[in-house]
Amino acid sequence: MAQATSALERRYGDTQRTDRWWLEPLLVGSGLALFILYSTVSAVLGEHWAFETERHLYLSPFFEPLIHPGWLPAWLSPAAFILWAPLGFRTTCYYYRRAYYRAYFLSPPACAVREPASSYKGESVFPLVLQNAHRWFMYVAVLFVPVLWIGAVKSYHLPGEGFGIGLGSLMLTINAFLLMMFTIGCHALRHWVAGGLNQFSRSPFRRLRRRVWEVFTIANEHHKLWAWTSLIFVGVTDLYIHLVATGVITDPHTWSGPI
Amino acid sequence: MPTAHLRVWRGDNDGEYVEYDVDYEEGMVVLDVVHRLQATQAGDLAVRWNCKAGKCGSCSAEINGKPQLQCMQRMEQYAGGETITIAPLKAFPLIRDLVTDVAWNYAKAKTIPTLKLTPPDADGNRRMAQIDMDRGQEFRKCIECFICQDVCHVIRDHPDNMDDFAGPRFFIRLAEIAMHPLDTNAKRDTVQHGFGLDYCNITKCCTDVCPEGIHITDNAIIPLKERRVDEFHDPLRALARKLTGKG
Amino acid sequence: MAEYETHEYDVLVIGAGGAGLRAGIEAAELGLRTAIVCKSLLGKAHTVMAEGGIAAALGNVYPEDNWQVHFRDTMRGGKMLNNWRMAQLHAQEAPDRVRELEEWGSLFDRTDDGRILQRDFGGHRFARLAHVGDRTGLEMIRTLQQKLVSLGVDVFAEYTVNRLLKDGDRVSGALGYRRQSGELVLFRAKSVVLATGGLGKIWSITSNSWEGTGDGHALAMYAGADMIDMECVQFHPTGMVWPPSVRGLLITEGVRGDGGTLRNNTGERFMFNYVPPMFAAETADTEAEADAWYENHEGNRRTPDLLPRDEVARAINSEVRAGRGSPHGGVYLDIASRRNADYIKRRLPSMYHQFMELAGVDITKESMEVGPTCHYAMGGVRVDAETGATNVPGLFAAGEVAGGMHGSNRLGGNSLSDLVVFGRRAGVGASEYAQSLEAMPAVDDAASSEAAARVLAPYDGSGRENAYTLHKDLQDLMQAKVGIIRTESDMLAAIEGIDELRERSQHVGVEGGREYNPGWHLALDLEHMLTVAETITRAALERKESRGGHTREDFPGTNAEFGKVNVVGRRAPDGTITVTQEPLPEMPAELQRLFEED
Ligand SMILES: Cc1cc2nc3c(=O)[nH]c(=O)nc-3n(C[C@H](O)[C@H](O)[C@H](O)COP(=O)(O)OP(=O)(O)OC[C@H]3O[C@@H](n4cnc5c(N)ncnc54)[C@H](O)[C@@H]3O)c2cc1C
Ligand code: SF4
Ligand code: SF4
Ligand code: FES
Ligand code: FES
Repeated sequence: MAQATSALERRYGDTQRTDRWWLEPLLVGSGLALFILYSTVSAVLGEHWAFETERHLYLSPFFEPLIHPGWLPAWLSPAAFILWAPLGFRTTCYYYRRAYYRAYFLSPPACAVREPASSYKGESVFPLVLQNAHRWFMYVAVLFVPVLWIGAVKSYHLPGEGFGIGLGSLMLTINAFLLMMFTIGCHALRHWVAGGLNQFSRSPFRRLRRRVWEVFTIANEHHKLWAWTSLIFVGVTDLYIHLVATGVITDPHTWSGPI
Repeated sequence: MPTAHLRVWRGDNDGEYVEYDVDYEEGMVVLDVVHRLQATQAGDLAVRWNCKAGKCGSCSAEINGKPQLQCMQRMEQYAGGETITIAPLKAFPLIRDLVTDVAWNYAKAKTIPTLKLTPPDADGNRRMAQIDMDRGQEFRKCIECFICQDVCHVIRDHPDNMDDFAGPRFFIRLAEIAMHPLDTNAKRDTVQHGFGLDYCNITKCCTDVCPEGIHITDNAIIPLKERRVDEFHDPLRALARKLTGKG
Repeated sequence: MAEYETHEYDVLVIGAGGAGLRAGIEAAELGLRTAIVCKSLLGKAHTVMAEGGIAAALGNVYPEDNWQVHFRDTMRGGKMLNNWRMAQLHAQEAPDRVRELEEWGSLFDRTDDGRILQRDFGGHRFARLAHVGDRTGLEMIRTLQQKLVSLGVDVFAEYTVNRLLKDGDRVSGALGYRRQSGELVLFRAKSVVLATGGLGKIWSITSNSWEGTGDGHALAMYAGADMIDMECVQFHPTGMVWPPSVRGLLITEGVRGDGGTLRNNTGERFMFNYVPPMFAAETADTEAEADAWYENHEGNRRTPDLLPRDEVARAINSEVRAGRGSPHGGVYLDIASRRNADYIKRRLPSMYHQFMELAGVDITKESMEVGPTCHYAMGGVRVDAETGATNVPGLFAAGEVAGGMHGSNRLGGNSLSDLVVFGRRAGVGASEYAQSLEAMPAVDDAASSEAAARVLAPYDGSGRENAYTLHKDLQDLMQAKVGIIRTESDMLAAIEGIDELRERSQHVGVEGGREYNPGWHLALDLEHMLTVAETITRAALERKESRGGHTREDFPGTNAEFGKVNVVGRRAPDGTITVTQEPLPEMPAELQRLFEED
């Protein structure tokens, strides 16, 4: 019964949309590509491109928390211990899935625009069924939120000199905040705190969980916004710290000595 | 009186687009113009409608390629002189002109499990908190326009999935049942059973087009996917189940 | 007979609004082979548009409420013309029917302690309408539809019945066509439930959809059923008046129930000037008291904005005639200055949406322009209160197509409850009748061939008249001559006009084929509309008084003698329509006592 009207569409091209539907997948696709390119470079260079300032005040979020055992071969970047987690978290994130399914898989490129693939089984079969690992990554990602906050807080304290404020500390703070917003807006987390309940009102504890769920829901409604701002900002922060650490630019701050 | 340039699909699958010029008045919506066309130039033009106020979900069509309700699109939004293309929903078999055979949706409705509530309190009433109603009430706003079903690429571009896939309209129905505070049906047999949920790649076109503004993907599909994760893919829960011997 | 697609059932329900669905559910649960037929897709009937709520004395908000109070409000709202037994059963059974909807999946708004919340509506002494925001009808139709589907009832969607068929005196089935293909279809059935809804499409300014062409009223008349109170047509006071394309679209009474007030172009709350003696004792006479009433019904009398609909519609009409109307010929309905934006959006989401999208008006900031719109037929097929049986054996009726329940004026919210109370009763009645028959009644070949020929007549190629034009002419005629305010001379002119239109309708032609051809469908509906329009006009001429939804300029005020009779309409086999006065059923003394305090 089903093949009927598709003919209607084929005869007149793949869509009748008259607006610039191709703009969004184009921008999203290029944005993601740019980030992937940059972060790969930054991570792979590892030791070869300083990611920490002289007196360890600022540490790039790509390397936070810094794990750098002595046996680590020089060709392997310490980012390897860290980056798999945010990478996995973002790759399996419901928002990013939507973004790259549309932009790269063209599945579909935009709404009511024909998708090129001739057969489609979605996330019901290997390998996309692995997207369900998002729950695992979420458990790990949640741990990163305090870690980044601790990193940010530490960046206000220069050993030997004490409290101060630098542009880098502000950036690390904003970065921690954006990552937190991105994380608490995570669908899997939202489900985990209370979304899985059917009757919120049954007990005071459930009511409390629902309150948290309500707050997370606010972040969740703008998950796309947090996904992009946190993505862009983590890249910018990483770049900034590399540039400060390599002396290309100087960090404006209230301390006197080198940082 | 401004004039609208319409391009309307006429006939069945072997039909064609026919162009019409129709005068219209300020404040009119696309459906008004289609009705005027019907009353003056094309008496047999097939189009569904009932409420003319976005409440019944009858008048779905594809206007300039976008699945929409004809009664909620005001003419002002189209630039003067622009040709407005009006086509039937493309995911469903065409009957004639703007009317398609949406029977598939009604067939899917039959497969959805029914509610079984806990017995009422002694005074005959059931007590349910408003906070437990909110989520279900959002889904029950659905006017069954089937625009979300039409736009969903899982079936629009791959009709062979129609057997396995219930579609976004029925995912919100399943979510509503799953989240009902007093339903006693085994959730495992109903919601977690699937209905083709895994075919959805959460690309959100259904949410984009829903005239009722229901957050289909965020509030129904993803929560259902998460419930399936609880059941089948969660390491901590699996461990807990092992330890407690439940499940 | 073999030339049509033929189906056989025990119970055939015509109409899939609230009444038809509820009847179908009942028949199916009683184990009868049941089918339901409707003109649109399943779930699109008028009931889906109902907004404000469903009236039932649940007593959740005001424990003082009970069926007696509801009964009394209903009778007084109907100006005592109601069938008392229907009003009583309705008030008694509505609460159970509402709880049953909840059991089947409805998610009503809640009180703080988790029971079903109720809102204020015109003419109801206590907050009584169970609701879901302002989309209660959607909730109700979806619930019933899902229940019906789960019972496996056969649904014939997009089928139109054009004639009932009889075996001697009793009903034996129906003949119609499948809209999608234009094929003729014959239904054989032991009993038939009519649940075809209203007839608002006879007027030009109406809240009704294309379906409201009075088919069921006409079908019943062709079959020889008695009609009562056809002159009583409700003009809802608040329809949209601008832009022109949405003229008539309903604005729920819930706006006033939730605090909205009517004003004229001087800003005056004019309803205070229109309180009739019957309601004076319980209506506030100062703005302060009216406003206080919203918070507390004890010790404050209700706002005149919530008088029964007939009173409010007439008041608006008078204000506009006196030159105190709004630019587009309505008055103002203001909730923006009285409630905050969040409250309005939460309580009245679809009103907010409707004005925003269709009129570009933000009702949280500006007033709405409103005016009367043809909304509801109080009159209809005369039925037995207990079973919904008509005077034609085997024919049952429920919902808007049935008369009696609402008297001369319906209270808001009493329709949805009517549908489920009497839909269920008609389902039982039709099932028991069907069970009492030994065999399927016969279908008369000659009669069905004649019916079939009539359906195909517009295709004979001789017609030149355009069905759409004829329909518009009828609507304009009724709007001008048999509207809210009626006089004899206008109505006599209307009768002539209807005759002329009937003559022209003999020559209606259609273009195109038989597949999904709305022009053809409308051409067939014209006959029904003309029959109903004539009956209404003749009944309106007969009732020489003003009562409820029937207002005569030449006979203002009620007349006690007319208060004791129904105007009964009948159609003879040759097509002549006659009206007579027949006494109302008498109310027993214990119920009459409820009105003694008046
Ligand atoms: C905008 C609006 C708002 C309203 N708000 C409220 C409210 O808040 N509260 C309240 O109580 N009431 C309200 N009402 C009134 C109430 O909704 C209707 O009176 C009620 O829904 C009528 O229900 P019904 O079952 O009798 O018929 P309908 O719901 O009108 O259904 C009629 C059915 O009969 C079918 N039918 C008709 N003719 C044929 C034919 N020839 N062959 C086959 N099938 C046929 C139709 O297809 C349809 O399925 C409102 C009405 C409107 C229009
Ligand atoms: S989000 Fe899923 S259900 Fe919705 S349109 Fe996309 S693929 Fe279909
Ligand atoms: S979910 Fe929205 S788009 Fe889908 S059928 Fe319901 S109202 Fe229409
Ligand atoms: S992080 Fe985006 S959904 Fe979990
Ligand atoms: S006509 Fe009802 S939604 Fe458009």
